[in-house]
Amino acid sequence: MSQDFVRRLPNAGLTAGRPSTLGEAFHLDWPIVGLTLLICFYGLIVLFSAVDQQTAPVVAQTIKIGIATIVMVTMAQISPIFYLRLAPWLYGAGLILLVLVLAFGREINGSQRWLRIPGVLNFQPSELMKLVLPMILAWYFHDRHLPPKLKHLFWAAVMIVTPVLLIARQPDLGTALLIASSGLLVVLLAGIPWRYVWAAIGAGLVTAPVLWFALRDYQKDRILTLFNPERDPLGAGWNIIQSKTAIGSGGLFGKGLFQGTQSHLDFLPESQTDFIIAVMGEELGLVGVVGLLLLYILLMGRGAVISVQAQDTFGRLLAGTITFTFFVYVFVNIGMVTGVLPVVGVPLPLVSYGGTSILTLFAGFGILMSIHTHRRITL
Amino acid sequence: MVEPLVLKDHSLESQIFFDRVVVGFALLILLTMFLVGRLFYLQIVQHDIYATLSDRNRIQVQSLPPIRGLIYDRNGELIADNVPSYSLTVTVERVNDMDATLGEIDALIGLTKDEIDEFKRRLERRRRPFESVPILFKLNQQEIARISVNKYALPGVDIEARLVRHYPKGELMVHAVGSVRRINEDDVKRLDRVAYSGTDHIGKIGVEKYYENALLGAVGYRRVETDARGRVMKVLDQSPPTSGQNLVLHVDSSLQRAASEALGNRRGTIVAIEPSTGGILAMVSKPAYDPNLFVTGIDHETYAALRDSRDVPLFNRAIQGQYEPGSTIKPFLGLAGLVSGVVSPEYTIEDPGWFKLPNNERLYRDWNWSIEGYGGHGEVNLQKAIYRSCNVYFYNMAVKLGIDRIHDYLSLFGFGRNTALDLPEARSGLLPSKAWKKQTRGLAWYPGDTVNIGIGQGDILVTPLQLATAVAMLANRGKAIQPRMLKKGASLLPEMATKSENDIGLIPDHAWNLIIDGMIDVVHRGNRGFGENGTAWAYIGQDISYRMAGKSGTAQVVGIAQGEEYDEAELDERNRKHAWFVAFAPVEQPVIAIAVLIENGGGGSEFAAPVVRQILDHYLLADKLSVADRGRQTLKVN
Repeated sequence: MSQDFVRRLPNAGLTAGRPSTLGEAFHLDWPIVGLTLLICFYGLIVLFSAVDQQTAPVVAQTIKIGIATIVMVTMAQISPIFYLRLAPWLYGAGLILLVLVLAFGREINGSQRWLRIPGVLNFQPSELMKLVLPMILAWYFHDRHLPPKLKHLFWAAVMIVTPVLLIARQPDLGTALLIASSGLLVVLLAGIPWRYVWAAIGAGLVTAPVLWFALRDYQKDRILTLFNPERDPLGAGWNIIQSKTAIGSGGLFGKGLFQGTQSHLDFLPESQTDFIIAVMGEELGLVGVVGLLLLYILLMGRGAVISVQAQDTFGRLLAGTITFTFFVYVFVNIGMVTGVLPVVGVPLPLVSYGGTSILTLFAGFGILMSIHTHRRITL
Repeated sequence: MVEPLVLKDHSLESQIFFDRVVVGFALLILLTMFLVGRLFYLQIVQHDIYATLSDRNRIQVQSLPPIRGLIYDRNGELIADNVPSYSLTVTVERVNDMDATLGEIDALIGLTKDEIDEFKRRLERRRRPFESVPILFKLNQQEIARISVNKYALPGVDIEARLVRHYPKGELMVHAVGSVRRINEDDVKRLDRVAYSGTDHIGKIGVEKYYENALLGAVGYRRVETDARGRVMKVLDQSPPTSGQNLVLHVDSSLQRAASEALGNRRGTIVAIEPSTGGILAMVSKPAYDPNLFVTGIDHETYAALRDSRDVPLFNRAIQGQYEPGSTIKPFLGLAGLVSGVVSPEYTIEDPGWFKLPNNERLYRDWNWSIEGYGGHGEVNLQKAIYRSCNVYFYNMAVKLGIDRIHDYLSLFGFGRNTALDLPEARSGLLPSKAWKKQTRGLAWYPGDTVNIGIGQGDILVTPLQLATAVAMLANRGKAIQPRMLKKGASLLPEMATKSENDIGLIPDHAWNLIIDGMIDVVHRGNRGFGENGTAWAYIGQDISYRMAGKSGTAQVVGIAQGEEYDEAELDERNRKHAWFVAFAPVEQPVIAIAVLIENGGGGSEFAAPVVRQILDHYLLADKLSVADRGRQTLKVN
């Protein structure tokens, strides 16, 4: 690489001043790589139990993790300046794909989320938006004065609402809300004055009761069931009752790996995907779950450090948002499985079975590493 | 003004960002602590409760299916009830080897390949763990005994008693009430899985379909503790199901039977309506089929035979059959002529037996025209045009009215629209207009088209229900009705009050009187010499003890496609015209309006009118027994 043209900052992070290492040469950040792979490995063990010790799904998941790792490393090689320039194009392409998916998408389980190029691939444009929306907002705030003015907040809101509405139309309300939250995180990190935040929360609290009385009885009923699944023990409540029983029966140290009765007697639905934390809770107990949460916190802590060390607005906002969005996924998933949040289909990051989620998350961590390892001032 | 150049304050920005990240991370730690707290509560504080639930027992939620609402006729006779039926079910979780189990069942009571395939499809549907899946329905005593004796060798196989729909009157009522059928793959996709858990049937046709939500009731559930074999040890809590609501229909079973008998083995349909309420007293369509066949599953051959029969027994002629009304349309056209002033009561024409449009050589014949030159009805006014069913008078009047006025007046009586309240399969017939022809065929309306409409032929189509409804409105002298099956019973009813905005106003009494007098003459005007009697007098009017207003009609058969294979006699029979007769009675205080159609029956007065007479005799004369007596009588019959 053309190290000659680059002058490292005197006090910029851990790698400053050290001789060139493998990590530096490949733009890797060892804490990120180590922690993500450690969590994935932990997830594979639990998955092996959740699928009744079949090897095929575990091998398949390992391959997916491998592919995702290659993507992560590749994305780390690309300079953030490139992401900055690409952001508007990616955003435009993402919107077009979302429109296409509404027009031509494949319908699975009553909603159109998948775009299919026959023989080539099947993918969800909304998944792309999870990274592209923070990117475009960071791009937008990058050369504006911060904290943002009202006018800029208005345009940011337009950028958030457009894809969110398109995704909500599919309909995929869960993903729409998650993507909206990632957009709001950028705005919060950009330094929106706290008084606006309080005003928005206040307005929400005031209008909520009014909206409630405007609802019809059956709509109220549906919302109540969402928050209190025991109202509907045959339908939506079944999953939550079973997952709480699984977790609760695990106790402090769990029943032991492969010993969970709830998961192995098929009481627990979706035990490999969205509800995998219940398997972990049943078999490895409170200790096992808290261990996972500690790994998550270390990973997000590293993300937070990277974001404050980033040298420009784009890098800061993007790195910060990737980090905090990761936490939103963790919180929503575990909150759902333990019965404190409504049931929305969100996988547990890096642990749930399935490739799409891991691919998106690893791509995000790749960008995070890119921001961290390309810190330099060009001459 | 030039805006002052403001430089980006990088140190302020990174300070703000740093603060935000610190606040955000603090919040992140706080929320994680909240999750840990929640886990602590579940896993440590409530551990004993959940451990009990999970380790020693398996908690099951069982659905308790509701009892489907019963359907009664207006006299309290049961039309649809529920009877126990024993089905063989399999609980997959308790079966060790599915193929071996199926083989065992096959050896004991026999399983066809269809039954196994059907069962495997049902297995693939989503269900709760330990929810049993039916494999055979309607076991007989012998089968129950064989399975019971060998039950020790069949873990997971059970005999379950369920209430299933039963129609005690069989095919007599099928087209009036509709039926339930087994829930199929398409239903599963759109149904609320919870509301139908434990229910195998759904209303598919007629009243059973329209009032499905009211009849179904609400599913209940109970949470039970079971041991490892799935046996219930203890009921933890339960919420009982709510039975479906019972319905009372306007239908009169006794009248329905009389109507069915009057029609005999002929293909055709009968609709009788109570003019004051619009309630449907009888609705017969023949041939029919036994709805009980469909409840517990029909075999392929029987179904194929029903489906492919040229007599279309599955087709409800009363509401789905669309026929030319023929001369039965004349009273309604007569009203249109009077009210619009195209003709007056005194206006007469000289009927030579044929009609010609100006500048057109085509001859439109009267029904009694003959080549020998004799024909026609002589001097004809409107009343005579009705009781003699004079075509030439109505050819003439229709041309004077023009198609669009005809359209407007006839639609007042519900033609061309579906006014039925609770008959989901009812069709709307066809009432043509200039705009309609332009739109559907891209052609202009010709005067010749109107001539045919004058005698109810050409592009006009009605269902027997529509015709009976129109006759009931005539009996009401304009008070609108919406035909309905339901008399009382459910809270989920459609608008019950008859909307008076649909009533036909602006028709003076003398016009109603004249038309109705014409219809009375159809039946009662007799002993006047050749060509002066009402068309139906000779067949039904000579010994009648009550006053009836009626009108005959004969509808052309829309041609049988060429090249289809029919033998000569059958071709002849199927080309014969359809016989119509409509009536209401008694004239002074109408309690019944009726339309009868006999497919390929021949002339309306000769063949359909006696059917009407027989039914009305039953309803008005023989049926003077009290309701209680009648109930007892039917009990004996059954």
